[in-house]
Order: sequence, then C-alpha cells, then structure tokens
Amino acid sequence: MWTLLGIAVVVAGFAFRFNPLIVIAVAAGVTGWAGHMGPVEILGAFGKAFNDARYITIVFVALPAIGLMERAGLQERARILIARLKGVTTGRLLLVYLLYRQITAAVGLMSVGGQAQMVRPLVAPMAESAAEAEGPIDDAVRYKVRALAAATDNIGVFFAEDIFIALAPVLLIKATLEQAHVVASPFAISRWAIPTAILALIVHGARIWWFDRSLKRKTA
Amino acid sequence: MIGYEPLYILAGLFFAGYAVLSLWDRRWINAAFWALLAVSFLLGSRMSDAANGVLVVCLVAIGGFNWMKTGEPTSTPEDRLAGAERRGNWLFAPILAIPAMALIGTLFFAHSTLFDPKALTLVWLGIGVLLALAIAMIWLKPPLLAPLREGRRLADTIGAVIILPQMLAALGVVFSLAGMGKAVGAVATDYLPLGRPFEAVAAYCIGMALFTAVMGNAFAAFPVMTAAIGLPLIVGKFHGDAAVMGAIGMLAGYCGTLMTPMAANFNIVPAALLELPDRNGVIKAQIPTAIPLLLGNIVLMYFLVFR
Repeated sequence: MWTLLGIAVVVAGFAFRFNPLIVIAVAAGVTGWAGHMGPVEILGAFGKAFNDARYITIVFVALPAIGLMERAGLQERARILIARLKGVTTGRLLLVYLLYRQITAAVGLMSVGGQAQMVRPLVAPMAESAAEAEGPIDDAVRYKVRALAAATDNIGVFFAEDIFIALAPVLLIKATLEQAHVVASPFAISRWAIPTAILALIVHGARIWWFDRSLKRKTA
Repeated sequence: MIGYEPLYILAGLFFAGYAVLSLWDRRWINAAFWALLAVSFLLGSRMSDAANGVLVVCLVAIGGFNWMKTGEPTSTPEDRLAGAERRGNWLFAPILAIPAMALIGTLFFAHSTLFDPKALTLVWLGIGVLLALAIAMIWLKPPLLAPLREGRRLADTIGAVIILPQMLAALGVVFSLAGMGKAVGAVATDYLPLGRPFEAVAAYCIGMALFTAVMGNAFAAFPVMTAAIGLPLIVGKFHGDAAVMGAIGMLAGYCGTLMTPMAANFNIVPAALLELPDRNGVIKAQIPTAIPLLLGNIVLMYFLVFR
C-alpha cells in the first residue's frame, strides 16, 4: 500500500505547482523505496526507462526546419492566407481540422498532424488570424484560441485512432483480453470505437461552435 | 534494419549545436542542459543504466529550478511580414513536406524489411525534416547557422519541459516495478460499489480515467483496471461483451489523458510550444470536452456491452 505514496507525491506536486521535473524525480524515489528497491536499483531502472523513451522526444528534430520557415515568414503567411479567405472563422477552421484529424487517424495516419509539426506553425496562427478578422482580440482570448487549437489536435486524434485495427491501442486491448483467455479479433474491437469517435465530434464540435459564437459577441 | 538510432544521432547533433550556440552567447545553464541532452541522445545507447540514471539526475538538477533562459527573437516582425508577402503560399511547402514524407513512408514501406516497423513513421518524419531543411536552405539561402539558431530559439522556448514526457514514461516504469498496478487494483475492488452492472461499468470507466490521469498514459492503466474490474465483473459476473468493454474502456482512459499534466507531451509541451502563460492552459481547454465524453462513454458502454 505504501507504493500509493508515489501517486500522492505526484498529485501534491502538481497541485502546488512545484517544478514537474523535481516532482517526478521525488515520486520515483519514494515509489521505488516503498516497493523495496535500493537507491542504485531505482537510479538504474529510471535511467534505463528514460533512455528507452527517447523516441518520444524525436519529434523535436523538426524544430530547426520549423524555426527556419518561421524566420522566413511562415506564421505571417498563415495569417495572410486566412485573412484573405472569406467566411473563415476560428470555429469553422478548427471544425475542419478536427474532422481532418479524425478521418486521417481512423485510417491510421497519425503523423499528418501534431503539436510541433502542425499546430504551432500553422493551425494556431490561422485560428488566431481568423479570430482577429472579426475584430481586435485581447491576449486572454488569443491564448484561449491557441489552447483550443492544441486541444482540437489531441481530441481529434485520441478518439479516432482506435478505429484503425493495426495500431498499438487495439493490439494492447486484444493482448490484455487474451491473457484472460478471451479471444476478440482486432476488427471486433475497433468497430466499437466508432460510437465514441462520433460522440467526440459532436461534443467538441459543439464546444468549438459555441466558442465561435462567444468570440463573435465579444468582438462585435 | 533502420531503427531509432540514426534519429537519436540527428537529435543529439541538434542538441549539441544548441549547446555550442548557448556557450557562445554565455547562456551557461542552457548550454549545460542541451549538452547533457546531447550526451543522452548520442551516447545513451552505449551507457550503463546507472550512468543514464546519473545523467537524468543532472538534467533534473539543471532544469528543475527555472534557471534556464527562454528563447529570444532572431528576426523582426517587419522582415517576416515582408518575407510572407514576397514568397507567398510556397512558404507552406517545406513544412508540409514533413508530414507528407511521414505519410509516404508509412504507406509505402509498411512491409519493407529495410525499416524497423516500430520506428517507421518517426524515421520518415526525420527524412521529411531533412528534406524540408534542404529545400529551405537552397531556396531561402539563409546563413549556414540559421537552422541551428532557429531550432535553439524554439527549444529554449520549450525549455526543460522538453524532457518531461520521457521523465513521465520512466516514472511509469518505476511505478509498475514497485507494484503500483496491484495496489491500485486492490483499492479499486475494495472500496468501490460494484454490485450492479451499471456500477461496475461506471467504476471501470471512471477508474480508467483516474488511473490514466495518474500514470499519464492509458496503456499503463488498461491492463490493471481490466484485470481488476473489467474482466472479473463486467465480462465474468455480468456477461458483458469483452470487445465492447475493451474498446470503450480504453477511450474512457483517453478522457483522463486530456485532463492531466502527467500526459506532458499532449498537454504541457504544447502549452510551452504555443507560449501560453498558463502551463495548464491546454488542459483547461480540454476538460469541458473530456468530462461529457467520459459520461458519454459510461452510457455507451452500459448500453452496448450487455446487448
């Protein structure tokens, strides 16, 4: 039961807004100690796992290319493009992106979006520009538009990716059920991800639409 | 077979470049952080587990106290606007080449033995980055060091948070080594009301969301909650459909992912990337979608699993 202390450290650390790196290091130490691991053992286990997880950080190899294009005026161009298109609002843009992200993820194409590759250089500036087209916006609204753009990327991909049969989540579900001698085909699993994907489109789509309306009222 | 290693070297070289530029500008703390990260990416595969552990402790010591300086502008808004007007929509081409190459690689090399299937998409993302850089360098003719300078500006904007997703993945491993799954499963079955089908479904979905929020990853929560509540109760006692339970249970976990700072690569890193003053800004934008969706998943599972 003492292992649960690790969770307490994490929750308290994030709640009191301590630096997250320190919180995690402490939580790992406490959890390892509670699980009867020695200091060297904890250090080795954490070091190995950190090293094995380097692939998560790989996406940032895109930073020099993105930065270079930003220097050449990429974000400004994204704004100009949106400003010239008639009838584009923040809401309509994000709705289209949500649909695009869901459809591509449902056929296994997760890599056509993403926070570093798409949201920072393109989607967020476009959404901001569409909001500015309605009238001047203050910083609070600007940050909300950006956050909603990031949220739309996540929500689009999360709730559609399980529709594709050959991806890790479906295979993990299958493997977990098999350990208990329950056999389910990937297709039998993946088709039951469809109702939630539709629900996600409705719920988040409604929120985007609502945000658009409140934006109009604020700038009008 | 081409796997992650060439990508680690590419990333390591970029980080080493950021370190050298930081040294040049006398940004000592930033230089130390990027240098250590470069060591991890260039040499991590050849270092012992304990050495990697020491490396992480050093990274935390440097990055954990908000000593790092943030990125500084390298261009003026006037120059960028002029560039945007002059070069037109072609500016999008190099950036779109990155996902396009990832797409081509995933579509056409899925069965190739040349690439490690696990690493396929990321390897092609790397190829896309190199292509984008090549196009940009030939077309725009910036100074030779410009890619590194711009990469460092963005990396400094993200700051030490850049290693947070890896830290959390490592914490997840320590959690499971220490038996966290068993402890949480025991708490869930001991203290939750599970006597009726609806209660079991609600406990399973909410449990998935909560445990995912703690671990930052639904994949870590799924086997635990499924073994503790899903299989014995929903499938065993109440004769629910295992495929429906698994599919919707996992998605209930994703609702937890949307609400937790532990899922740093989805929630905290983007806040830094978009330069939001509130590091929980993205989470706050997601909670009003996540909670109705979690409730919706409970209802969906209840009606679909016992058909």
